[in-house]
Amino acid sequence: MSDLIIQRQSLKFRARTYTAFVFTPRAPIADWLMDLDATLERSKSFFTGHAVALDLSAVRLSPNGIAHLVASLEERNIRVLGIEGVEPIEAAGLPPILRGGRGTQDPDLPEPEPAPATEGAPRGREQPASLLIEEPVRSGQSVAFVEGDVTVLGSVGSGAEIIAGGSIHIYGTLRGQAMAGVTGNRRARIFCHRFEAELLAIGSYYKTADEIDDSVRSGPIQAWLDGNTLKISAMN
Amino acid sequence: MKDKKSARVVVVTSGKGGVGKTTSTAALGAALAHLGEKVVVIDFDVGLRNLDLVMGAERRVVFDLINVIHGVAKLPQALIRDKRLENLHLLPASQTRDKDALSEEGVAKVIAELRSKFDWIICDSPAGIERGATLAMRYADTAIIVTNPEVSSVRDSDRIIGLLDSKTEKAERGEYVDKHLLVTRYHPWRAARGEMLAIDDVLEILSVPLLGIIPESEEVLRASNVGSPVTLNSPVSPPARAYFEAARRLKGETIPMHVPSESRGIFNKLFGRKAA
Repeated sequence: MSDLIIQRQSLKFRARTYTAFVFTPRAPIADWLMDLDATLERSKSFFTGHAVALDLSAVRLSPNGIAHLVASLEERNIRVLGIEGVEPIEAAGLPPILRGGRGTQDPDLPEPEPAPATEGAPRGREQPASLLIEEPVRSGQSVAFVEGDVTVLGSVGSGAEIIAGGSIHIYGTLRGQAMAGVTGNRRARIFCHRFEAELLAIGSYYKTADEIDDSVRSGPIQAWLDGNTLKISAMN
Repeated sequence: MKDKKSARVVVVTSGKGGVGKTTSTAALGAALAHLGEKVVVIDFDVGLRNLDLVMGAERRVVFDLINVIHGVAKLPQALIRDKRLENLHLLPASQTRDKDALSEEGVAKVIAELRSKFDWIICDSPAGIERGATLAMRYADTAIIVTNPEVSSVRDSDRIIGLLDSKTEKAERGEYVDKHLLVTRYHPWRAARGEMLAIDDVLEILSVPLLGIIPESEEVLRASNVGSPVTLNSPVSPPARAYFEAARRLKGETIPMHVPSESRGIFNKLFGRKAA
């Protein structure tokens, strides 16, 4: 991908790799949408504001069908960043075709393509893959660090979110949302000193406050994945 | 631009509406002026102005903040001097325009011009997190976050604190906006009965130092209705005393904080305990 750097006068373009949720619809699309709705029913805004890519390799859709699917997702407040697994399509208004996507099953994230044009940019490998936040994370703020662990010394407010590729450690009170292992790291965990969270997620498994037993509230907890179940236990 | 005798720019903000921003702006502005400081209060609620009413200056508004920003009027023409305190001034908002009429450069120019003339510039922010609110906080050195002891107000305040740490000029320079929490509409007997958030809980959630606790009082409503800040209208009432103490803390004085409690006896006798 290094030849993707196009230089035109002083304008520079760089290639960069990002992490996105990937939807893989299966036929019939109507049933797949119903399954999606069932998921959204439990947490309406789960995908809102997050990058979502559409992998259409498992279905055969006409350009009109694709446009309809994209519109159906937009109706659900899910905006599609790009599409993969289709031949280049010439329908106007559709998201761009994505190529070169790689799964992120292993805990080690695919490194962002080092951009040769950036001078003095620290290479990802040389940095420890952890992010330390000394300030409280306020309502409405979103901290996303897919490269590794996130540690917050203060509290995470109601309506704030922490998204980490690795584990999440919160030394204050967690009142907002914490999503660990978002790139598929099933060994990621969430620790917090005082648990009042709205939502916890590890990998693609999540629990809303409603689904979490009250007995672990207001105390220190850890959350981990046991098979396909998100477990939460008090830490004393 | 910044001369040595430059004013402290204070934004009174909250996120949520109806918590007491305008009342607190007027009360603190009048209290500081009463303590000998030269004060201007600015209404940033373009389109829904209220500060002129609470200050009792609504019949003297000729030019407003938007006129000054657009060069229709000069700043001294738009400033209204208070009839009771000569070192207290009001810069009203326009009622006929909306927040889009505020420009960042225009606000910067007005604030810069006021800085050399006053000790305190108190910006009354509109509710919300949109243009009016972000421009009211844009050039603040100090923020007063007005919060009622209930969950929705506290969460909105948390959101506003996040914006103060990212959207202000100080934050963009890598500095901190000095932040203070002002708890208003505090009902001692409701707090005692656990019907509202305790002060400690509010402080734990927001982790911002406390400037004062203003008890809920009919005096505040009465003062607003006659167009006079409560600190001038009934200066010895419990809310006015609390505002005066807050104003002195803002000036840097150390005054012990006390949580208002119901002292008239009836509730204490009924429920047998005091506010925590």
